[in-house]
Amino acid sequence: MTRKHRRLAVLLACGLGLGSAAGLTFWALRDSMVFFLPPSEVAAKAPPPGRSFRLGGLVQAGSVVRTSAGSKPVARFVVTDGAGQVTVEYGGILPDLFREGQGVVTLGAMRPDGVFAASEVLAKHDETYMPREVADALKKSGHWNPASGSPPPAALWTAPKSGQAGG
Amino acid sequence: MDASATLVPPQGRALHRFANPGRFLRLSGRVLPYLSAAGLVATLAGLGWGLFLAPADWQQGDAVRIMYVHVPAAWLASGGYLALAVCSVLSLVWRHPLADLAAVEIGPVGAGATALCLATGAIWGKPMWGAWWVWDARLTSVLVLFFLYLGHIALVRAFDDPTRGHRAGAILALVGVVNLPVIKFSVDWWNTLHQPSSITLTGAPAMAAEMLWPLLLCAVGFTLGFAAIVTARLRAAVMERRIRALLLAQAQAQAQGSAA
Repeated sequence: MTRKHRRLAVLLACGLGLGSAAGLTFWALRDSMVFFLPPSEVAAKAPPPGRSFRLGGLVQAGSVVRTSAGSKPVARFVVTDGAGQVTVEYGGILPDLFREGQGVVTLGAMRPDGVFAASEVLAKHDETYMPREVADALKKSGHWNPASGSPPPAALWTAPKSGQAGG
Repeated sequence: MDASATLVPPQGRALHRFANPGRFLRLSGRVLPYLSAAGLVATLAGLGWGLFLAPADWQQGDAVRIMYVHVPAAWLASGGYLALAVCSVLSLVWRHPLADLAAVEIGPVGAGATALCLATGAIWGKPMWGAWWVWDARLTSVLVLFFLYLGHIALVRAFDDPTRGHRAGAILALVGVVNLPVIKFSVDWWNTLHQPSSITLTGAPAMAAEMLWPLLLCAVGFTLGFAAIVTARLRAAVMERRIRALLLAQAQAQAQGSAA
């Protein structure tokens, strides 16, 4: 075994040790490394009222009610992850991307009446990017309703376009 | 005895072919103009295509065009660190002298790409998400990458003896490699505000083709530009070391002359 091979072996051993240490650390911390809780976990864990946390999910279709308290706009909507629902109330200006079916991450705390009082609402968009015409074609052809969630996989996008060209 | 000392194992010979600084200077001097020109042309064409010709996104509008800078910068930030790590292995195991210098020169360029990624991400995040910065796993791990670059830049220059600096920097760079899979998979392992990857090696891209092509062209241009900058810096470093050796030899000759 030359010195070179010994150095390589030491390096590999250190890498293996460090890698598994990091892996175990992240595995142990996996519950506390979440950025937000989905509604179903909020129901399961039931954070005490007044304790602030982030709630994330999709804005349920047809649940948005906009009112105003004095000069301040107030929005009330339901955040869902399919398995659970939490009603959110937020006083302030919503981000431009906020709409029904959009992902949101809200910071706030549960009120005793079971409503999540948010002090901040952030929009969480998905990883799909497409021109307006493609989105319109998908909506028109019935392949996708933005209020019900993410668009279909990109493989389907060409179908309505070619249909349009043919018809 | 002598013959066995000069015998180098085959893989060592291939590795050390470019360790000869004279050969590196000759070869890189020939390649560098083409590398720079290709990087410049691809970057300008990609940015022009992405910023002016590609369609706007259906929900993000024109703000999506930040992607054409942000995504290549993010890929380069991670890719540059991977290159730094490869140089560190070459330096620690094979004691490759050019790898030492390359690691020193990659650091600042990679830190620049990471800073560009963080800055464009903040500019994109404010109008779309509603926040300049959030402490989710993706953003935090990229910030850690930036600090790793800064730590490496400082550490390799912190010793009077450059060899010790290279050794310490290589160890730091290799410890930091743990962060690369964390960055890549942060959006899959944990729930984050940052969206998952649109472009993966396994699946179809979740992006319209007329946005994907300019993005890929930008990525190619940025990568060639990164390689050109690192090569130019490396050439300068090799020449600097040569000049220092010449000056040292001259000073020694003068000292001997005055002593005699």
